[in-house]
Amino acid sequence: MDSLNSLIDGFGTALTPMNLLWAALGVLLGTAIGVLPGIGPAMAVALLLPVTYGLDPTGAFIMFAGIYYGAMFGGSTTSILLNTPGESAAVVAAIEGNPMAKGGRGAQALAAAAIGHFAGGMIGTILLVVLAPTVASLAIGIGAPDYFAIMVLAFIAVTSVLGASRIRGIASLLIGLTIGLVGLDQMTGQQRLTFGSLHLADGVDVVIVAVGLFAIGEALWVAAHLRRSTGKPIPVGRPWLGRADLRRTWKPWLRGPVIGFPFGAIPAGGAEIPTFLSYVTEKRLSKHRDQFGKGAIEGVAGPEAAASASAAGTLVSMLTLGLPTTAVAAVMLAAFQQYGIQPGPLLFEREPELVWGLIASLFVGMVLLLALNLPLAPVWAKLLRIPRPYLYAGILFFAAVGAYAVGGESLDLVILLVIGLIGFGMRRYGLPVLPAVIGVILGPAAEQQLRRALQISDGSVTGLVNTPFSVTVYAIVVLIVAWPLIGRLIARLRGGRKAAEENSTVSGG
Amino acid sequence: MTTESTEPAGASGSTTRAWLRERSELGVCVLLFALGVLVLADALTMDVDIAQRGPIGPRTVPFVVGAGLLLVGALLAVDVLRGGRGEAEGGEHVDLDEPADWRTVLLLTGVFLAAAVLIGPLGFPIAGALLFWGSAYALGSRHHGRDPLIAAGLSLFTYFVFDNLLGVPLPGGPLMGVL
Repeated sequence: MDSLNSLIDGFGTALTPMNLLWAALGVLLGTAIGVLPGIGPAMAVALLLPVTYGLDPTGAFIMFAGIYYGAMFGGSTTSILLNTPGESAAVVAAIEGNPMAKGGRGAQALAAAAIGHFAGGMIGTILLVVLAPTVASLAIGIGAPDYFAIMVLAFIAVTSVLGASRIRGIASLLIGLTIGLVGLDQMTGQQRLTFGSLHLADGVDVVIVAVGLFAIGEALWVAAHLRRSTGKPIPVGRPWLGRADLRRTWKPWLRGPVIGFPFGAIPAGGAEIPTFLSYVTEKRLSKHRDQFGKGAIEGVAGPEAAASASAAGTLVSMLTLGLPTTAVAAVMLAAFQQYGIQPGPLLFEREPELVWGLIASLFVGMVLLLALNLPLAPVWAKLLRIPRPYLYAGILFFAAVGAYAVGGESLDLVILLVIGLIGFGMRRYGLPVLPAVIGVILGPAAEQQLRRALQISDGSVTGLVNTPFSVTVYAIVVLIVAWPLIGRLIARLRGGRKAAEENSTVSGG
Repeated sequence: MTTESTEPAGASGSTTRAWLRERSELGVCVLLFALGVLVLADALTMDVDIAQRGPIGPRTVPFVVGAGLLLVGALLAVDVLRGGRGEAEGGEHVDLDEPADWRTVLLLTGVFLAAAVLIGPLGFPIAGALLFWGSAYALGSRHHGRDPLIAAGLSLFTYFVFDNLLGVPLPGGPLMGVL
């Protein structure tokens, strides 16, 4: 009940005219930039970060949440009408949505996706309201060693769970940690990797790193390999659903969030796995299994609901533990740091107005998005016609605006370009970008917690593992690290047993 | 005789080059290694006697990160020599079958650097418009009437929205002084 009261207070914050305006502006910008092909939610929030610089924190995060959800809504439009998913989580929407659009059922596909996002976001955010205060109160007593353990978990998870190659993930993380080292040491004021430059003594701003790696790196990479032939978006009318379609979609809308939410909360790659799981589930449960692959509406409804719910799950870990599980959460964490706010269990106590205003604005944003997307989908679809030179020139333009707005210095633009070139090289050689961003954002904080913990224990390493919480987290870390070994062992045992069985049947026969 | 002796040498030279091109990822290992050396050297040259507070000083983490970079550089080299390859990232506008278009990348880099230099003296509206126009040109847009108009419109619009509505100051430059 306590959280219900707080939520009502939150609505009081979110529904003030100014904050309502920021929410509306956020969902508009988010949808627009999400519809643009080639821009995923992570790049969208990184590019739009400077828009919020002049606002107070509450208004900024309300706008930010709108951008996040809006980018996800808009992304499915691109997948369905252009068959070009902007990010891995939208791949599934393209599998069924694009054949539907080609078969003249684009309007239904868009409606199933939009309502799916709405249902997923609503259910996910309700779960967030119920769970987040509990998680926060469980974690309220945590200290330096526990924070350090969580950050180690984030580092390990982001390098081990995601991506094809662990060693390349770790290389990326170390690049990020190195960039994070630049500047004055927080505890002693010692200069590190500044090479005597006054500008570098302030460190490299995380916004510049995020924009450089996500936006500049991507734009340069695409420029080097620009596809000359262009796909044509499929024209579409106003989204609507008939009764027969509704009968097929309401269950997937409810099932998707159940799959999506828990996966968002754990560091397992965000919406990619749950959307796929939801797709497989719907395929298995559907009465129209033969339609899958040719445009089954269940295959749009379920995964899209799962994607939105996983975004809400992401917010649970981000707000209560300060643990970013996706690229978008990492950028949001950077935004919190801009305002000097540390997400974590104390956030709910220290900044109740901000947190509950943010959560309430998620509900508001969801309603706005549904109202925006259902009738206006054909208008948004027009954005798909923007020529690609303008699209990527625009990305470079807004990246420059963002980096310059940080401190008003043109040297920042040069640093941005250098980091963009690093991002280009990383894409060329299959180094994932996310570990580097997490390294820059969490690296300095992790070092501080480590040193604080060891200061308390007077240098004894046991100071890092003297709480049940930290021991639990390290156990999870060990499990993640050892997982490939365990998997191999299980496979070998199973293989051995199978071989033994075959032997016995052979000898028996 | 001389041609005979140079031919095999040339052939072996080109095979070395092909071998290296196949394993260009080794360059990443070299860079990681160099970065590791840089971090370690920086940590070693730190003057920490006065600054040390608590059991862990400002050098410890750089030591760990630097050593980690050296280790990962070596492990990645082993992986590449064993035939491991980093998979180049795909995408909706990315065509990996074509060779990389370095001219476009260089042009974009140049345009971006020029904008970084010009934003101080010329202000944001002009430098931003040049950035957009130049980038669109580098990316293959050839509408000589439309491109600069869109660039100027976008740049001015962004300047007014940020500077007046959102409260994020951008330099107006001489152009805004005239208007």
